[in-house]
Amino acid sequence: MTVILVFLSAAIVNNLVLAYFLGICPFLGVSKRLDTALNMGFATTFVMTLAAAITWLINNLILVPYDLPFLQNVTFIITIASLVQLVEMFIKKTSPPLYKSLGIFLPLIVTNCAILGLALFEALREYTFLEGLFFGVGGGFGFTLALVLMAGIREELEFAEVPESLKGAPMTLLVAGMLALAFMGFAGLLSV
Amino acid sequence: MSSAFFISVLAMGGLGIAFAATLAIANKKLKVKEDPRIKKILEALPMTNCGACGVAGCAALAELLAGGKADITACTAGGQEIADAVAEALGVESVETSRVLAVVLCRGGHAEAKVGAKYKGDMSCAAADLTGGEKLCAYSCLGYADCVDECEFDAMDMSPNGLPVIFYDKCVGCGACAKACPRDIIEMHPEEHKLFVYCKNRDKGAEAKKGCSVACIACTLCVKDCVSEDGIKMQDNLAVIDYEACEQDDSSIKRCPTKCILFDEEESVTREAYYSSLPGKAIGD
Repeated sequence: MTVILVFLSAAIVNNLVLAYFLGICPFLGVSKRLDTALNMGFATTFVMTLAAAITWLINNLILVPYDLPFLQNVTFIITIASLVQLVEMFIKKTSPPLYKSLGIFLPLIVTNCAILGLALFEALREYTFLEGLFFGVGGGFGFTLALVLMAGIREELEFAEVPESLKGAPMTLLVAGMLALAFMGFAGLLSV
Repeated sequence: MSSAFFISVLAMGGLGIAFAATLAIANKKLKVKEDPRIKKILEALPMTNCGACGVAGCAALAELLAGGKADITACTAGGQEIADAVAEALGVESVETSRVLAVVLCRGGHAEAKVGAKYKGDMSCAAADLTGGEKLCAYSCLGYADCVDECEFDAMDMSPNGLPVIFYDKCVGCGACAKACPRDIIEMHPEEHKLFVYCKNRDKGAEAKKGCSVACIACTLCVKDCVSEDGIKMQDNLAVIDYEACEQDDSSIKRCPTKCILFDEEESVTREAYYSSLPGKAIGD
């Protein structure tokens, strides 16, 4: 039961992007078109799930037993960075079409703070391994949801009459703020 | 204190080495062979992804080129320089490219064409074309600059007279403007073509003349004057040049009453010359 709650919490109530404001860079940068937003979302979900599993192992098998939680930031960063490298090589070898469609997004994930945030939250909240895994999937799903919502709105905005001074980045930031406000409606429902 | 220091150094060092080893092994095992020429060709291509070659972007064309499935002159926008660079990257002999240029075949600007209606809709040619536009002539340039918006190469602008101007020092012949024009006024021609009928009006002479002072009124004088046989034909009240039959000279333009057939008018326009000819306007305005 808790795993489902963890999933829902990460995906919707405590959405990494819209409640914690992590990963704002890809959220604003890759939300111009629906299909690229979806691709970026899938790639991130994939890496998040893997990162959640591996950082859990490192945290609970190395860092906690040896009393080294202060190394979490550094360790998680190198873990995520090498993980993304590995995933990139793997996909390039096994599925060139997928590699092509993900394109620049895969290497971009290295610098996605939502993934580091996810790993740090996972350690902070002392999830079990299974909960951590669901936290990773949920976080990825929430990230994809935020990106796709944003991309859908921005595609519609292309046809809207926006005042000259608000065109482009200002309008995008306004929309992002309103989306975050809407998600605030879920605040406090779950705190797993 | 010191034991914590050693443990943390050990842990970080160990993790670092473990990751490095994994990546090193993966790099060996998962190595993908890539044609090194693709990267070189990509560097040679203009990377504007204009799509004039008919392939989805420069990266896709580079792959075709490396595979020998495209000519080294396939990059329409590139011209001779890029064809040479591609040939060098591929290690083959370069060939001569022929330059293709865009020509605006309408001279009915604000001064020449009469306006019959007021248009207040979306300021794009595609939208205005649905309503017929402001001018009486239903074949004329609508003047909302869809073509200029599409130009990736800074090779177009709207003149004060409301017509698009092409700067031939910048035009690479990608054809984006021709595709954007809903009335097909912009055509792509090889640079050997010098003689053009700057009108698309297919109405009868009197009616065409009513709407625009530089319309083709189908008087057939150019057809009679043209030195090459069947070089110019009348089709639906419009003089049409057959570029295969027509010798490119100025024999046919002399008696044109509306001066809508002209010889060697294009290609002299450069971006800098155009902007310096406009009073009070500088490049970039």
